[in-house]
Amino acid sequence: MKDKIENIKRSVLEKVKKIEDIKTLSDLKVKYLGKKGELTAVLKEMGKLSNEERPIIGGLVNEVKTVIEDAIKEKENEIKNKELQEKLSRESIDITLPATQIPTGAPNILEKVIEEVEEVFMSMGYDVVDGPELEEDKYNFELLNIPKGHPARDAQDTFYIEDEKVLLRSQTSPVQIRVMLENKGEKPVRMICPGKTYRRDSDDATHSHQFMQIEGLLVDKDVSLCDLKGTCDVIAKKLFGEDCKTRFRPSYYQFTEPSVEMDISCFNCKGSGCSICKNTGWITVSGAGMVHPNVLRNCNYDPEKWSGFAFGFGAERMAMLKYGINDIRAFYQTDLRELKRFDRRED
Amino acid sequence: MVSLNWVKDYIDLTGEEPKALAEKVTKAGINIEKVESDYIDKLIIGKIIECEAHPNSDHLHLCKVDVGNEILKIVCGAPNARKDLKVIVAMVGAKLPDGEIKAGKIRGEESNGMLCALYELGVEPKTEENYDKGIHEVEEEIQVGMDANLYLGKSDTLYDLDIHKHRNNDCYYHIGFAYEIGSIINKPVTLPEDTTSPINENVKDNITVEVETEKCPLYVAKMVKNVKIGESPKFIKERLQAVGMRSINNVVDISNYVMLEYGQPLHFFDKEKLGNKIVVRDAKDNEEIITLDEEKRVLSSNDIVITDGEKSVAIAGVMGGKNSDVDENTKNILIESAIFDSTSIRYTAAKLDLRSEASIRFGKGLNFEYTYKAIDRACHLLEKYAGGEVLTGEVAIDKIDKTPKKVIVKKEQINKLLGLEISADDMEKELKRIDFEYKREGETFDITIPNRRLDVDPNVNDIAEEIARLYGYHNLVSTMPKVETKRGIYVGDIKLRKEISKRLRTLGLNECKTYTLTSPEMAKTFNYEQREKINLPNPMGIDKSIFRTSLIPSLLNIYNYNKARKVKDVLLYEIAKTYQASYEEDTKVCMLLKGNYLLNDWKGSSKIDFYLVKGLVENLFDYLGLKGRYSFEKAEVEDMHPGMTAKILLDRKPIGIIGRVHPSNYKDEIFIAEFSLTRIYEKSIKLLKYKEVSKYPEIEKDLAFIVDKNVQSAEIENIIKRSGGRLLTKINAFDVYEGDNLEQGKKSICYNLTFQDETKTLTDNEVMEVFNKIIQMVEKNMDAKLRDK
Repeated sequence: MKDKIENIKRSVLEKVKKIEDIKTLSDLKVKYLGKKGELTAVLKEMGKLSNEERPIIGGLVNEVKTVIEDAIKEKENEIKNKELQEKLSRESIDITLPATQIPTGAPNILEKVIEEVEEVFMSMGYDVVDGPELEEDKYNFELLNIPKGHPARDAQDTFYIEDEKVLLRSQTSPVQIRVMLENKGEKPVRMICPGKTYRRDSDDATHSHQFMQIEGLLVDKDVSLCDLKGTCDVIAKKLFGEDCKTRFRPSYYQFTEPSVEMDISCFNCKGSGCSICKNTGWITVSGAGMVHPNVLRNCNYDPEKWSGFAFGFGAERMAMLKYGINDIRAFYQTDLRELKRFDRRED
Repeated sequence: MVSLNWVKDYIDLTGEEPKALAEKVTKAGINIEKVESDYIDKLIIGKIIECEAHPNSDHLHLCKVDVGNEILKIVCGAPNARKDLKVIVAMVGAKLPDGEIKAGKIRGEESNGMLCALYELGVEPKTEENYDKGIHEVEEEIQVGMDANLYLGKSDTLYDLDIHKHRNNDCYYHIGFAYEIGSIINKPVTLPEDTTSPINENVKDNITVEVETEKCPLYVAKMVKNVKIGESPKFIKERLQAVGMRSINNVVDISNYVMLEYGQPLHFFDKEKLGNKIVVRDAKDNEEIITLDEEKRVLSSNDIVITDGEKSVAIAGVMGGKNSDVDENTKNILIESAIFDSTSIRYTAAKLDLRSEASIRFGKGLNFEYTYKAIDRACHLLEKYAGGEVLTGEVAIDKIDKTPKKVIVKKEQINKLLGLEISADDMEKELKRIDFEYKREGETFDITIPNRRLDVDPNVNDIAEEIARLYGYHNLVSTMPKVETKRGIYVGDIKLRKEISKRLRTLGLNECKTYTLTSPEMAKTFNYEQREKINLPNPMGIDKSIFRTSLIPSLLNIYNYNKARKVKDVLLYEIAKTYQASYEEDTKVCMLLKGNYLLNDWKGSSKIDFYLVKGLVENLFDYLGLKGRYSFEKAEVEDMHPGMTAKILLDRKPIGIIGRVHPSNYKDEIFIAEFSLTRIYEKSIKLLKYKEVSKYPEIEKDLAFIVDKNVQSAEIENIIKRSGGRLLTKINAFDVYEGDNLEQGKKSICYNLTFQDETKTLTDNEVMEVFNKIIQMVEKNMDAKLRDK
């Protein structure tokens, strides 16, 4: 009987080795381990054995049963694993084929520059404000210390809609006037006003009848020209890098006194002279100054108590410098072949 | 243009190197754009001590030239080169107009310089005649080794000024500029000689002056008799030429010369062509005058004319009349030195397109002190250089307000404004340098602003600027304003603008910026709100003459631009203001899409159609917190595809349109959506709050209706929604079918409905009750039939 059991074991293990599919394997399992299986049949014959032999044979049968079960289980895993591998291999793809392109959404380059400037100034407590583009003469000129008849407002510069009354704003300064008037000479003002402006210039590579200005204003109790310098340093470093230096030169604007022009050290040649800075090492980027006492007074701020600075620069000029753009019309053409590249972060 | 030699008449510039001086001046605020000097380095007087024929040439000479401290070997081709001739030598390194002199060999013989002809130095024009003269023969008495520039009288430096408007009245004349230099190098200014020896005849016996206009606050007249018209003296000719003015004759040149000294334009009349009276008055409308250039000019009441009581003899400040001008036969001159209203002169000069040195100066404003000074100076020069006899006295009508401009400033006020710590003593030094009169008491200054500085107003800021620019802006330090700490905000609709912009970029649209002013062709289209447009008076061109009412035409332009550059998939948006006759500004958002959205050529792309654009709009509106408040209503809109266009409604009011651009305008399938951001900004949105999701199961049911082809799904959905009540939580149309198994003109739409109760598990019966009601209501109201499963 012992031999019979050993024979079954040997024969089953040999068969299992050769099996390659689940079906045959489960048939085999039934044939030997099932209720009517061969090993079960051996157990049924146990009654014929002596009391001494019975536990020994019984133990042997159970042992063999376990061995067979394990072998079958192992084989089963082997086959399943093989099938899975085959399936995965069938699913394999050519990962070098082109990707599905997700549309890119690029900002207009001017907006990108403006957003960067806004971020810096908002962090310093400046509100971002806009006002009408169809503006009244008094806000665009008169209250800014540019009276009627002043050369700065000669009609060739400004698009008038109604003579000396309504115009397309030629600067964003009227927004500052509106905010100062709103604050009635009582509250300090800290604001920037980026926006569209218009002048009678013929469009070419460096001129545009429509352009974007970013102007800023700070009015408070104790504001100095040195504070303006410090503020300009912050924005210059943010836009043109930490090693960017600034300098002031005397200048003139009707609404500021003293007035300055701000130069930044050339980011391209670092001051040694190149075509961008016309070999001077410096690039003019901004006009600024201390708010003219007449302007403060016009907006109900007492110049004895309040002082302020104002500054302005062109978004186009900034963007042209920063990204090496040579033609101002590029901002208004939206050539997607190029613009799409601007859908990315910058340090 | 300013001549430094000329400036030297009024201020001592000894030891000032022109370029370094220009830098100092620029730093203090007067921008010198270009320093031009005709001085040529390494140009020296030499003497030919040996002259032999060149062995390899039939016309060249080998010369040995003594230049004082050395003997140079120079090969020279001029026929007049000869032993003992004194010559101008350009040594190696000299930069001549045609190039730099280099050492080299000429046909094998060493040559270290060049013997010069005057045309080679830019002194004479390059003509054949000058070429034939050969090298310049220097007079025997001239010393060898002398700087040839001095010999030639070439040593002037010209400054090309680019100065700010406020200083262009006092820095565009030589005396004014001398004051500016004086304030920088701290040296005094001396005014030129203006004395005369008048004859015993008074101007007042020859002429009377009447001023009948407000626009002439000062009119001074003097007379000079028996002038002899001729050539100007050399220095006047040279100086006028240096600053770009043509020499005409001694008399005309003196008028210009004095203008360039004092900034005061003068007008010389031929007295014999006038009566005995000068009347200054406003012109009459349509009054005519023939000006010096023999053009007929038609005037209006804004212009000022000078008359002799009978005829107009000049357009004041702009141009003289032909009938009274100085000519070669003129003997007696009436000089006018006056101030006219600057705005009026600018207006007249612009209108007549007659911008001259004189009109520009009148247009900028003048210093009345120099009105008097200039006329005296002119008389002095006419006496000296035109043999004139100056009459005694002058006729002056003077209504100038001569109240001095005074201001009291404290040291702290200046320092507070500048953010600096300048001492009162240093401030005093600066005031001295700019030649402002002042009285000092402790740290307070009582300042009188000189009349020549029309730009300086009596206030602290103006004085601070004068002090700061001389003290030096490089001395400014960087500080931060001492203000309250806070973070800035976006005021008004700017925040919404940014949010919409960022969302649309995230959704794959590219931002455009286009022009506000459009052409009539563009303005004609897409005015779907029928707004009254603003036409720009005086446009620069027809293409920029109308304010846009919609952004669609502009984005279509951008589409065309990109299409022409073979960009196939165009996804654009712009946020910008639109306009109407009421001046009300409406900020609009415009989206334009054409081509594919997700792009994959080998797998297949997702083509942009109405529903994609609708999805983008819904995505945006949901993001803006407007879920459930917007809808789309089919509409016919001009320039849009009649079957593929809808109005966008927000809270049931139209705020824009969506659809395909009319195929007869654009064959390409271009889809657009445009809506008013201003209208969205007016809406308030609900606070965002977390809401627990129902934990009871959802039951889904499908059903299909057969309806007329023209029935819009939204109509059916509305009925389903109403009949479904609170248990119906979702409706989704998932199949639309027309064709074989359906009657002509019908379509089938399948809906997937979701039911759920927030408080309990729904039973089948409860759901079926609602479901059947929905079917019944749709069939009844929409003339629909439930489609068999």
